[in-house]
Amino acid sequence: MNIAHPSQRAALKAVNWNRIQDDKDLEVWNRLTSNFWLPEKVPLSNDIASWATLRPAERQLTIRVFTGLTLLDTIQSAVGAPALMPDAETPHEEAVLANIAFMEAVHARSYSSIFSTLCLTAEVDEAFRWSEENPHLQQKARLILDEYQATSDPLRRKVASVFLESFLFYSGFYLPMWWSSRARLTNTADLIRLIIRDEAVHGYYIGYKYQKAVERLPEEKRKELKDFAFALLFDLYEIEALYAAELYDEVGLTEDVKAFLHYNANKALMNLGYEALFPATATNVNPAILASLSPGADENHDFFSGSGSSYVIGKAVATEDEDWEF
Amino acid sequence: MEGLVYFSSATGNTRRFVERLGERRARPALRILGGPLSATAPFVLICPSYGDGEGRGSVPKPVIRFLNDPANRALLRGVIGAGNRNFGHLFAHAGGVVAEKCGVPLLYRFELAGTGTDIDRVDKGLEEFWTRLRERA
Repeated sequence: MNIAHPSQRAALKAVNWNRIQDDKDLEVWNRLTSNFWLPEKVPLSNDIASWATLRPAERQLTIRVFTGLTLLDTIQSAVGAPALMPDAETPHEEAVLANIAFMEAVHARSYSSIFSTLCLTAEVDEAFRWSEENPHLQQKARLILDEYQATSDPLRRKVASVFLESFLFYSGFYLPMWWSSRARLTNTADLIRLIIRDEAVHGYYIGYKYQKAVERLPEEKRKELKDFAFALLFDLYEIEALYAAELYDEVGLTEDVKAFLHYNANKALMNLGYEALFPATATNVNPAILASLSPGADENHDFFSGSGSSYVIGKAVATEDEDWEF
Repeated sequence: MEGLVYFSSATGNTRRFVERLGERRARPALRILGGPLSATAPFVLICPSYGDGEGRGSVPKPVIRFLNDPANRALLRGVIGAGNRNFGHLFAHAGGVVAEKCGVPLLYRFELAGTGTDIDRVDKGLEEFWTRLRERA
């Protein structure tokens, strides 16, 4: 809401949800509010026995990964989403951004729920110290925060925000998906999947607002923004590759993590309306990770990618609208 | 001639997929915009997924309106679902709902605007699919 100086006597406007300028605002508001959740919903204590089976190095890796994710959520809640509000084109967009800011705080809070359920205080304190001292984590957070500054171009802020939501989280999200694929920490993975679902909507929505604003710009400015987006992605990717190696080399998963990063970088670019960058050869994500990301989703047979000899009629959860007439 | 019918919201992911597919070979493609629309030849539907964490409302309303017309439904031969794996077991859920509801095969699923691999597979897959249906007829 642009609050004019009182002396200008401009009318202050209340948000009217019965007068929608952009249908996407209402659609995303409905989706986000119906997806609302709190960490208490997930029975994390069922993972205590599983946690005890992890080797000390695996526990340290897991806690560090989660503090790294906490930092990103903290930034997005306190700075990222609020920084987009002055550029909102509708009052409803501001409301959606307020929801995003709050849910990022819920995500950040969730990691502490995991810690208090599974970990020793000393281990967690060590990991938070680590997150403050790790150069790669600090560097990527800094690159994003630089773009969130008020002096930055509003569209550059949106690009940075989409990269945080749709790309930077994934070096961390990889680990709970991997544990889950090995039947470890499966309740923690359920909680992380709720976060992953939210981040998809956030990246989708901010990317949509970006595309909408870019459409109105002259060709030259559009090209400049696209160059900026790809350059920022490369810079972030370089740091991510180092960050991933530092965390995952010891458990031998770095290359697997990188394929997941490439795959998600492509999705982040698509959210901004751009074409995928990494070729198929670089985005060969471990099928166990994909299955962990969307459990059960591959039980339906995709005819075009399979070698099946007959067409299989789709099976879906039978919860649908009542307004189908047949 | 057999073609495509698709829905794409203002984000344009599915529209971009259909445009890139069209660069491979010309196929008639009708976009569902919400108003009355009649298919005139057998078609494959490309449908993105919306909806909440329980899967409710995943098929876009304009697609439901289009398929509620029995003449359109009679020409539907298969579905390609679009979505995002971040939605877990509900990834591209709308594709599965339409396939089940209309008794047609779910041919493929892709994420967001699709990758080059998705375009390759769908281009080739559609050719084989229509050839097979013609042979069977």
